[in-house]
Amino acid sequence: MGIRFVLLVNKQGQTRLAQYYEYLTLDERRALEGEIVRKCLARTEHQCSFVEHRNYKVVYRRYASLFFLVGVDNDENELAILEFIHLLVETMDRHFGNVCELDIMFHLEKAHFMLEEMVMNGCIVETNKQNILTPIQLMDKTS
Amino acid sequence: MGSQGGWGQSKEFLDLVKSIGEARSKAEEDRIVLSEIETLKRRIAEPDVPRRRMKEYIIRLVYVEMLGHDASFGYIHAVKMTHDDSLSLKRTGYLAVTLFLNEDHDLIILIVNTIQKDLRSDNYLVVCAALTAVCRLINEETIPAVLPQIVELLGHPKEAIRKKAVMALHRFYQRAPGSVSHLISNFRKRLCDNDPGVMGATLCPLFDLITADPSSYKDLVMSFVSILKQVAEKRLPKSYDYHQMPAPFIQIKLLKILALLGSGDKQASEQMYTILSDIFRKGESTSNIGNAILYQCICCVSSIYPNTKSLEAAADATSKFLKSDNHNLRYMGIDALGRLIKINPEIAEEHQLAVIDCLEDPDDTLKRKTFELLYKMTKSTNVEVIVDRMIDYMININDHHYKTEIASRCVELAEQYAPSNHWFIQTMNKVFEHAGDLVNVRVAHNLMRLIAEGFGEDDEGADSQLRSSAVESYLRILGEPKLPSVFLQVICWVLGEYGTMDGKCSASYIIGKLCDVAEAHANDDTVKAYATTAIMKIFAYEIAAGRKVEMLPECQALIDELSASHSTDLQQRAYELQALMGLDVHAVESVMPLDASCEDIEVDRSLPFLSSFVQQSLEKGARPYISESEQSGMSHVNIFRSQDLHEVSGHTLRFEAYQLPKPAPPASAPIAFAPPTDLVPVSDPTYARDIQPPPKVPSSLDALSADVGVRLRLEGVQKKWGKPTYSSSAASSSSSTSQKTVNGATHLDGVGSMSAQARDNLYDSRRQQVEVSAEKQKLAASLFGASSSKNEKKPSSHKTIKGSAGNVEKPTTMVKAVTSSEPTEKTSVPPPPDLLDLGEPAPETKPSVDPFQQLEGLLGPAPVQSTPDSSVVAGPREPDLMALYSDIPMTNLSGTSTNPTATNFYAVSKNPQGATNVSTLKKGPNPQDSLEKDALARQVGVTPSGKNPNLFRDLFG
Repeated sequence: MGIRFVLLVNKQGQTRLAQYYEYLTLDERRALEGEIVRKCLARTEHQCSFVEHRNYKVVYRRYASLFFLVGVDNDENELAILEFIHLLVETMDRHFGNVCELDIMFHLEKAHFMLEEMVMNGCIVETNKQNILTPIQLMDKTS
Repeated sequence: MGSQGGWGQSKEFLDLVKSIGEARSKAEEDRIVLSEIETLKRRIAEPDVPRRRMKEYIIRLVYVEMLGHDASFGYIHAVKMTHDDSLSLKRTGYLAVTLFLNEDHDLIILIVNTIQKDLRSDNYLVVCAALTAVCRLINEETIPAVLPQIVELLGHPKEAIRKKAVMALHRFYQRAPGSVSHLISNFRKRLCDNDPGVMGATLCPLFDLITADPSSYKDLVMSFVSILKQVAEKRLPKSYDYHQMPAPFIQIKLLKILALLGSGDKQASEQMYTILSDIFRKGESTSNIGNAILYQCICCVSSIYPNTKSLEAAADATSKFLKSDNHNLRYMGIDALGRLIKINPEIAEEHQLAVIDCLEDPDDTLKRKTFELLYKMTKSTNVEVIVDRMIDYMININDHHYKTEIASRCVELAEQYAPSNHWFIQTMNKVFEHAGDLVNVRVAHNLMRLIAEGFGEDDEGADSQLRSSAVESYLRILGEPKLPSVFLQVICWVLGEYGTMDGKCSASYIIGKLCDVAEAHANDDTVKAYATTAIMKIFAYEIAAGRKVEMLPECQALIDELSASHSTDLQQRAYELQALMGLDVHAVESVMPLDASCEDIEVDRSLPFLSSFVQQSLEKGARPYISESEQSGMSHVNIFRSQDLHEVSGHTLRFEAYQLPKPAPPASAPIAFAPPTDLVPVSDPTYARDIQPPPKVPSSLDALSADVGVRLRLEGVQKKWGKPTYSSSAASSSSSTSQKTVNGATHLDGVGSMSAQARDNLYDSRRQQVEVSAEKQKLAASLFGASSSKNEKKPSSHKTIKGSAGNVEKPTTMVKAVTSSEPTEKTSVPPPPDLLDLGEPAPETKPSVDPFQQLEGLLGPAPVQSTPDSSVVAGPREPDLMALYSDIPMTNLSGTSTNPTATNFYAVSKNPQGATNVSTLKKGPNPQDSLEKDALARQVGVTPSGKNPNLFRDLFG
């Protein structure tokens, strides 16, 4: 499975994007987000970017006011996931140009579309930025 | 930033996003969302909402759910939107649906049709959107509806479609492997796709397939190696580069696959060495992504057949990680080290200091990872240091999940490597004290058993020393507030058995302590039961020793309180205790012999004493007993049929639902329902027994003790149906208590929570593990057996500095000590204790297969086989069963002494027989046979598994 969820939260702990690759009920999601956001936000810059939580790990990275959190299985390569987060940010950056929290908020569906191109069934399937963005750009043109 | 509002979004939407963004607290955010829900409910239901506007509503619904509120009122509109012709709307609809619904939601069926249509679309973006939705929404039942179209799309000229089609098949494989088993060859084909994206995606399903069955894909090793080589040599288009690293995510996936394929396969591994050392050589350790690839290489090297050169490269890379200042890299380094020491424990030596640094780092993540490494490195020479460290850490954390894990690891390591019994007991005490509620009950029973059995050698002196040190420590610990229930049970049991043994403490002192325990834990019936029985034992020993015991007032008060308890179990114990006080020395001696907890109880399972009763009943017209095999044979036919039906017709309605529940356990029922009139003749002996406390059973077989044997068994069985509280009742009879209790508990687990099949699987997997371990041990012994001698240390030296690194501080020595013939893999051998409750004390001679055969016997299919098994296994026989049973209705009727066993039994027996129970007396099955069967069932409860003996054998060498 690899990736179990991708979460974007701001530094107040408010969810800005949530994508789960296994089904959780609303309550489960709320509980999980609360727990891990509390855990990750309490950490300092000098600590690892990884947090073990229950039977999986959370790899997180902070960009200005936004935290990107990715929940992965225990045997996943944490450094690679850390770079995957950065790739996602670079991709968003290329599309929005200097991406910020509000861009994602106003274009939530587009942020989701990018993620959909990059991750399927919990696996990283596409890392070529052009391939990720082409469908979204084409869609913008036609609509 | 300039994007707000520039995309045709309405003011309402902009305001919503702004207000959510500006919310300063969760409460404020909730308020905004709740009012938004109200607005949306109104708006979304309006007629003729413009489509663009509707898209906005749907996105607002996504916000509502994302922020933790229910948006189910709008699901249907999201579903409708998937039908839209506009791509952007359609895709938004699909997105919302995948976010809202799980694949088993009722609305999914409305989308399947749309998906089918979209898969045929000329617009490749529409097809892509549909394929993305397929990956999220198609469940096992709907797979056939889209499968042919998806297979067709595998050959689509557009690479984006091929890629997504591959992933759709991957999803089907994850969801229902059988549904695509005939399409596996497509994955192999797509591996050679011209497009690197399709090839990269194909690695995902292949990885899963190879994980499940590496041997079928050995022919692909060469292909994977050459792909990896091409990627590493930058043959892919530049657009796949990430920070100047060629397609790193594809490289990592390939390395993962190679690790699987090369594991334990010398031939396959040899094909990989070149490319691995190439990657190490080119390795770029200044960027994260470069290190990520290096780490994956280390994982691969440590997984495949070992090769000196690549191991060296891996060790170098690892030491770079460990020496880094970057916490992330050190974390990866610790993990990598844990992998490498499996192959060469000496690697750890040069990193002792780095490991200790990580262990003492304030970062919890790093600390935990280091504990994981230590856990892998533990062996008999360093177990004390490591476990002490772990316990110190365990005491200071609050995270229950992790506390449980580390506690069970402490127990596991202590059981496996304990240098002395004394240390083992002290360690267990600490674990219980601080995490008693989190560890498995089995551990408590093991501890009791260890104290009872001592060293297993004929060294009585050491044994009694062990016991008195245990008693001493428990008397001290009792002063602490808030001890976990399980720990208190152990303490009570030990005090009852051995409290007065060495003569240091007077009986009344111990009794006083036990009364305190019972008083302080008024809400814990189990602890109270343990305490009461312990008091009874102390009294019995005193009486047997000819000493006069005075009744302490608090003890009398306890007895009075318990006699009126709501718990019938506690009541019985109280009455038994009182009755015991009135018996003479001889009776007490046979009822409660001194220190007989390890004696076997023999039971005559043919139950000859019942013959006369059976005969009598038959003469009165009772129906002869139908043998168990006949009964259960019938019920099993049903079950097999219904199972078949399920497998065959996964898609149809299951009419069998109500027939499925487990076959009735061998019906012990009928006799219990005997109306009083019939029982009168037999019940006479019962009265006598009624006032007698449960006697301790000597191995000799007098009727009295046999009765108790029977009672014990019954408890084991009862727990299967009864409330958990009854587990305590086993403690009421002192001898072999722990064993019985455990068995009872296991029994409960086995029947109650696990199907026989699941258990079989569990068992199989365990056996596999054991086999592997033996192999690994051998490998490890031959690999680093030579180095073991230099670091060998006498286990007796507690916490002294070990090994040659004398100048380094204490903990480093454990790193040092790794190099012994005890391979680290060994730690992984014992399965997690929680899963395998089978671990009750077990005579070592027993064939480990038994529990399952017996369980089967209990459930029906092969009772005949299991009978001989169990008789071989657990020698005990129970001659005086009938007396016990006859006592049941009597006590119920008379109400004098409510025998918990009996009452519970009564309740239980209703289950299988239902309404007919009253009449069963006359025409019911032959009581003798059914009792026999019951005895068999009880045997199952008693049957041990073969796990712990090993642990203890390890303990004692």
